[in-house]
Amino acid sequence: MFQVRASFGQLRRSLLQSAFQVRHSSSAGWNSYTAGDAAFLARTPEESIKQAGLTSSAETTNLNLYQSVNDALRIAMETDDSAILFGEDVAFGGVFRCSMGLQEQFGEARVFNTPLSEQGIAGFAVGYAAQGATAIAEIQFADYVFPAFDQIVNEAAKYRYRGGKNFNCGGLTIRMPCMVVGHGALYHSQSPEAYFAHCPGLRVVIPRSPVQAKGLLLASIRDPNPVIFMEPKALYRASSEIVPTIDYELPLSKAEIVRPGSDITVVAYGTQVYIAEKAAELAEKELGVSVEVIDLRTILPWDYETVCDSVTKTGRLIVTHEAPRTNGVGAEIAAYVQKKCFLRLESPVERVTGWDAPNSLIHEPFFVPDVTRVFHGIKKSVNY
Amino acid sequence: MYRRIAAATVRSRLSVLTAKKTAKRFISQKASGVEKELVFPGAVRSQFTNLLRFYDPTNDKSMDTYRCVDLSGSPIDPEYNPADDPFFSQEKVIKLYKDMVTISILDTIMYDAQRQGRLSFYMVNAGEEGIAVGSAAALGKDDILYCQYREAGVFLHRGVPLDEMMNQLYANEADTSAGRQMPVHYQSIQHNIHPISSPLATQIPHAAGAAYALKIAGKEAASICYFGEGAASEGDFHSAFNIASTRSCPVVFICRNNGYAISTPTLEQYRGDGIASRGKGYGIETIRVDGNDIFAVYRATRDARKIAIEEQRPVLIETMSYRVSHHSTSDDSFAYRAKTEVEDWKRRDNPIARLRKWMTNQGYWNDALDADTRVELRKEVLKSFSKAEKLKKPAISLLFEDVYAELPLNLKEQREELAEILDTYPENYPLSVFKNGREGLGDK
Repeated sequence: MFQVRASFGQLRRSLLQSAFQVRHSSSAGWNSYTAGDAAFLARTPEESIKQAGLTSSAETTNLNLYQSVNDALRIAMETDDSAILFGEDVAFGGVFRCSMGLQEQFGEARVFNTPLSEQGIAGFAVGYAAQGATAIAEIQFADYVFPAFDQIVNEAAKYRYRGGKNFNCGGLTIRMPCMVVGHGALYHSQSPEAYFAHCPGLRVVIPRSPVQAKGLLLASIRDPNPVIFMEPKALYRASSEIVPTIDYELPLSKAEIVRPGSDITVVAYGTQVYIAEKAAELAEKELGVSVEVIDLRTILPWDYETVCDSVTKTGRLIVTHEAPRTNGVGAEIAAYVQKKCFLRLESPVERVTGWDAPNSLIHEPFFVPDVTRVFHGIKKSVNY
Repeated sequence: MYRRIAAATVRSRLSVLTAKKTAKRFISQKASGVEKELVFPGAVRSQFTNLLRFYDPTNDKSMDTYRCVDLSGSPIDPEYNPADDPFFSQEKVIKLYKDMVTISILDTIMYDAQRQGRLSFYMVNAGEEGIAVGSAAALGKDDILYCQYREAGVFLHRGVPLDEMMNQLYANEADTSAGRQMPVHYQSIQHNIHPISSPLATQIPHAAGAAYALKIAGKEAASICYFGEGAASEGDFHSAFNIASTRSCPVVFICRNNGYAISTPTLEQYRGDGIASRGKGYGIETIRVDGNDIFAVYRATRDARKIAIEEQRPVLIETMSYRVSHHSTSDDSFAYRAKTEVEDWKRRDNPIARLRKWMTNQGYWNDALDADTRVELRKEVLKSFSKAEKLKKPAISLLFEDVYAELPLNLKEQREELAEILDTYPENYPLSVFKNGREGLGDK
């Protein structure tokens, strides 16, 4: 049985890996790129240590995103005896290898499979965390978080509020792979962050790279609020970085300027940061425009200060995300920025997003807000 | 199939919990291992048959309902007489009785208060006081409790002061949930009872998770979870029972089957043998008891808790009762059931009357004592009532606090926005009702 599961996992991994490569090598022209080429990735120990906010001469190692998630989970469990890790198929290492080796190290009582029930996983996690312990739950794909929506929105998010300082489930973190992967179609591609971004009491975090994933995940697990941690699955194996081996955290609810610029601001998160950066390079080359790219990192509560400071400087804003446009995260950012930066805006805020449709299997190249579309958004904005 | 629980027969397994478990997790499918016939991993104890037969549960005998004292208050369990149980001393029994009566008096007063518009909402416990008080009496102080909303007796018997419950009903400044929840959504950190929330059945998987926390910490306590038979139709019931069973969680599930979920009778709720029959499907040890018999409820809970803790596994108790009252103050139950049906139930049997008969049989109680006690308890409830009504409402700032552990930027901004509105249009808001009025919102 174990063998069957393992080979199924390998099959799924190889499918996903090839899917990512297909997406980025078969796309034509500007849309073709290699994630590993992104300028913001840490390629030297010095860059890595600086990005992790460390000052010491920390040891570093080369990790891809699933390995850095695994590293963060290991550290979280080593430093907190109450921490447990559970979900569907996490025991043998997880369908994306994120929990590899953890059951061997921490035992069956702390790393275990649950029955196949998302509402059960979330409800069990809330109950465990409400005892002051640390629950790290995994939902196999963000597309399958909806059965747990009631537990997350009505229970996890409101536990502290209704507990009136006496009760909370802040030790809860729910991890889930999200975003498109090349051939995920309707139910292996979704970005449901906006559903959760409308829910007071939750923190919603999405990393862009291995250094970010480790620091943000450790901070999320230790944050005194319930956190939805979304991992862009296309990045699990796509990009690797030099990552500090030690325990470090990156600040939550804090955006990061990954590419400074002066003419226009592009806000992105997750996989879309790579697209935004490529489009920024292109705009600089083709249009002579200096683009500031901001990785939002935390969707809720979001860092409007960094975004508004940037727009105050550049006077133009594009928000880009894979999720559908209507009532997406871009709508909140656009509305907020137009209120705070009304006098500074020189063009309407553009939203370059997925269309208001499910992600069709074969039409994905036309669905995603790719480099061409972000470039076009920049061009429209600067020519307005 | 059935077993009785006696101290000597239960092997304590707490000591081996920390040792490495060697439970078989996988079924080998190697060809060399197959002697005569295949063993399918999904049901390893199943035997083959050459007869095509559908299993028909409607042919099963319904699960028995355990009762140890009959309608006249006489002991009927040949193995157990509450009079011989040192737990049920005269003093203790009177306490149980008073707690049940207090809840029924509280119900009458608060129901009327809601009708007079003095509080927004109320839900009475009539007919189910025995389930709440009887089960609570069997619990340990470290047990973790999750209620649905019709278990006020659990709070009272566990030691939550009447004043504290009244503060919650009035959403005043002393309310431990800061006036944020509807009435009857009680909580008590001192007594390990988690805040009641309105979404039904969501607390059932919480109880499994809390039990797992007890297990990991190696504590000698159980998690206790109450819910109605209607809530048992929710998906959370299913997921919780399954995960509690597969993860061997020390949790006692107590279902209050009172015949109705608002207007829906059980015939429209399920077609199996109540909730108890489902326990078997999840591999959970189960008992059904008479909810009007406080001794039966107590005994079942005490033994269930023992199994849960010593064997580290879940147990289900289905307590049978009848919802004598309306569902809530927003419901008129005579729109869907006959008044005579309710009157019959009231006359026939209820947990308070049955315990009173037993106490009278024992010579612990009489009519005069009962009348005096009721007057006394009514005074206490009314005293608590007027105290709570006089208190101010919680500070306005509490609207924004505790959404997160800290106050995030967006909420700071929105608090300032509200301050501006209150300062510009103070006459449009009931500021004086709230603690410290406008100042209670904090600085601009």
